Amino acid sequence: MTNPRLLPYLLLLPATLFLAFFFIMPFVQVAWMGLSADGALSLDQFRTMASHWKFQPALVNTLLLALIVVPMQLALALGMASIVTGMGRGREVVLYIWTIPLGISDLAAGIVWLAILDQTGFLNSALYSLGLIPGQVNWLTYQSPWLLFAAVIVAEVWRATAIMLVILVAGMGLIPKEYYEAAEVFGAGAWQRFVKVTLPLLKPSIQTALILRTILAFEVFAVVIALAGTNLPVLMGETYTWQFAMQRRGVAAAYALVILGISIAFTVVFLLALRTREEQRA
Amino acid sequence: MTAVADAIPASTAVDARKAGRLLNMAIVAVLCAWVLLPIYLIAVNAMSAPADVTGWPKRAWPGFHFGSLSFFINYAGVARAMLNSVLVAALTMIFAIGLGAPAGYALARFRFPGKEPFRLLVLMTRAFPLPLLALPLAVLFIRTGLDDSIIGLALVHTVLALPFAVLITYALFMGIPRELEEAAWTLGCTRVQAFRKVVLPLALPGIAASGVFAFVTSWNEVFAAAVLTVQNRTLTAFLIQSLNISPLPLKFAGGAVLILPALIFLFAVRRYLFSLWGIANR
Amino acid sequence: MAEISIDKVAKSFASFTALHGIDLFVADREFLVLLGASGCGKTTLLRLIAGLDFPTGGDIAIGGRRVNDLPPRLRGIAMVFQNYAIFPHLTVFENIAFGLRMKRLPKAEVETRVTRSASLMHIEQLLSRYSGQLSGGQRQRVAVARALAMEPDVLLMDEPLSNLDALLRLEMRAELKGVLQESRTTTVYVTHDQVEAMSLGDRIAVMDQGRIVQAATPIEVYRNPATRFVGGFIGSPPMNFLAARRHNGGWNVAGVELDGPSVDRSEIQFGIRPEDLAPAEEGLSGNVRVVEPLGAHKLVTMHVGDTLFRAIVDSDHTIQPGERLTLSPRPDRVRWFDPKTGASIN
Repeated sequence: MTNPRLLPYLLLLPATLFLAFFFIMPFVQVAWMGLSADGALSLDQFRTMASHWKFQPALVNTLLLALIVVPMQLALALGMASIVTGMGRGREVVLYIWTIPLGISDLAAGIVWLAILDQTGFLNSALYSLGLIPGQVNWLTYQSPWLLFAAVIVAEVWRATAIMLVILVAGMGLIPKEYYEAAEVFGAGAWQRFVKVTLPLLKPSIQTALILRTILAFEVFAVVIALAGTNLPVLMGETYTWQFAMQRRGVAAAYALVILGISIAFTVVFLLALRTREEQRA
Repeated sequence: MTAVADAIPASTAVDARKAGRLLNMAIVAVLCAWVLLPIYLIAVNAMSAPADVTGWPKRAWPGFHFGSLSFFINYAGVARAMLNSVLVAALTMIFAIGLGAPAGYALARFRFPGKEPFRLLVLMTRAFPLPLLALPLAVLFIRTGLDDSIIGLALVHTVLALPFAVLITYALFMGIPRELEEAAWTLGCTRVQAFRKVVLPLALPGIAASGVFAFVTSWNEVFAAAVLTVQNRTLTAFLIQSLNISPLPLKFAGGAVLILPALIFLFAVRRYLFSLWGIANR
Repeated sequence: MAEISIDKVAKSFASFTALHGIDLFVADREFLVLLGASGCGKTTLLRLIAGLDFPTGGDIAIGGRRVNDLPPRLRGIAMVFQNYAIFPHLTVFENIAFGLRMKRLPKAEVETRVTRSASLMHIEQLLSRYSGQLSGGQRQRVAVARALAMEPDVLLMDEPLSNLDALLRLEMRAELKGVLQESRTTTVYVTHDQVEAMSLGDRIAVMDQGRIVQAATPIEVYRNPATRFVGGFIGSPPMNFLAARRHNGGWNVAGVELDGPSVDRSEIQFGIRPEDLAPAEEGLSGNVRVVEPLGAHKLVTMHVGDTLFRAIVDSDHTIQPGERLTLSPRPDRVRWFDPKTGASIN
């Protein structure tokens, strides 16, 4: 038998090397690419990025999108998780249906909502046949940026709530029934039980769900392109454009660093704001 | 004492409960429809003649005409793109399991220094927008000739899938008691034989499920695929790069083709996936 | 010859020492029980013998062969685990046959041994079932059958009965004793249950905090405990202990003068088992707190001085709580202990 003391290290080696090479190194490289020009440390890439007319709208749109979508999804996911946790029969089926969007590419989700919201799409068809509109309405035009925004919000809520749902359901499953029963015996109604028992005990899961979802929200890309094309700038879209279409890798890297920066910032905020003190852990 | 009991007559209480349950069921039904309807609608589009797809107003049922789909499959480059997607996803699955399962086993079975740092490394990958890795890796790939290659993209996707593979296999192996392997050792097995004859049969379903998870993750990924592939485009890269110019039937058929395999795979392993998602996101 | 020789074996984990220099010899065909409370190191020692863990010091030899560096499969052992470790994906037959197939025995031989083991443990009718379809007691039988089928030099058992309910445990204990006596394999059996130990072992090794405190036959351990710990651990209800002060060449135990060992101390400990006391005119006395009529006898709990004291008296003896009871200890069953080290004094 191989020396048992070496075995765990041997087993971990491939994954560790891989991550070091394909994760740590590239992130260091992105930092270098974004913070250098012609081989020397420089803020040129950032200057180019920031002075481009699309930068500010992209930043604002991305942040605004996240700020609106994530809380909505958290509330929705909390509600769905509560319902599902309380279900008896049919729980498996409902859970499977509600988590279907997890298996759907964000590009496919964008296309799906395109089919609904397009001029010749199902929404217009439905509204027309109900007599609510005289003809085709162009929901997805650059002339109505707020409607575009709303369309992306709807598509994102549809697509990505399941991510938070899964985490919250797992977390709720860990809360022993006895706590609810005790609360009920002491006079707490359903809403009070939710606020005073479920939410506090769910804090770690909520923290995880928020962090994961927010980071993913800043990566929003394909949904926007599918529904709004280039009419709704977002950070990831600009990154792609600079990298692929304009072949300016340094600027793309600068964008990447901005995304990375806000991701880390919000992660830290969530870690601090929602941390459970050691003594209060279950 | 009786005042309280009399305050809410029994029949009203029962009615309130029944109403509550009906409301619950109604909400569940609405949410299920909310998830399923858009998918149904894209299927309608995919299974209608191209003229119907661009036509208006839309009918709510498919024409069972496969014109759109055949138009899609025969469109230049699409068949090739689908093949590429399959190859990249298959490679990702192999890499993710090949690197992740040994790591998961080591974490589950051994106590050793370096366990925590490794777990931290794996968790860290979640805090970063991984698709951005495509940027620096694009440079690396050009230098090493992996540019625009199936293997190159598969490596990037493996970074996405590896953390899940590690966490899932870790939970899997933790669920298989160490005693079973020890019993096999006392019955004449070497470490490898014990693993092969006792652990593997019990872990295989879970490993297969996490393989499917890796496959679907790669199949759905958009940003890195779009950045890194030109000639050897995957389906997602193809669709997003042609969104401006492609006709609607193409888009919708493409969306349906993106969704369908993922849905089928995930349905096949649904039993494992739910607990695995829950575990992996803790 | 499958004797086990454990020589100054020690085992430390990062922060704590589980075993301090254990010396133990198990003779060929002997049934040795390792008895102790949780955490005393008995399972650790068993695992070292099995090869599931390696000692940090000392030597282990089986059949005269040093096995320190050998993996379990090369030591000639078979083991029954506390949670049975029945492979869920194999039938009972395949479970029992597992080790035999690993040895590449011919099919007929495998068949014979499996059926023989199965009938020994009365599970012939379960051979095609899976572990998920078996009760705890049945799984336990499969585990034993699997180990016996190997016809090992040494059989190791890690608290095999502790997960069974009380009645089943009683039945299985008797059954195991019968089966194991027949097989006459060197056996090391770990348990925390002293009744099991007394019933099954040829010898008992009592362990406490990583050391063997006494290794002797059951009756020896019972009658002549080597330390106060052993006296208090074995026997239910446990041995009574009272302080004894030197007085005029003898010892004063709770006001009673007794002859005792002549040692150079002013105070030692007096020990007597509840069943070795008889009601008498003179002797140790105190107020009775509780009387428990247990059917076969009465268990009386009383205070001698301010020490809790228990005695077993005849069922027909009339004694009530609140009354005074005087008991005379059987002189040949009295034991004396050093108050500091706990060691017995003769």
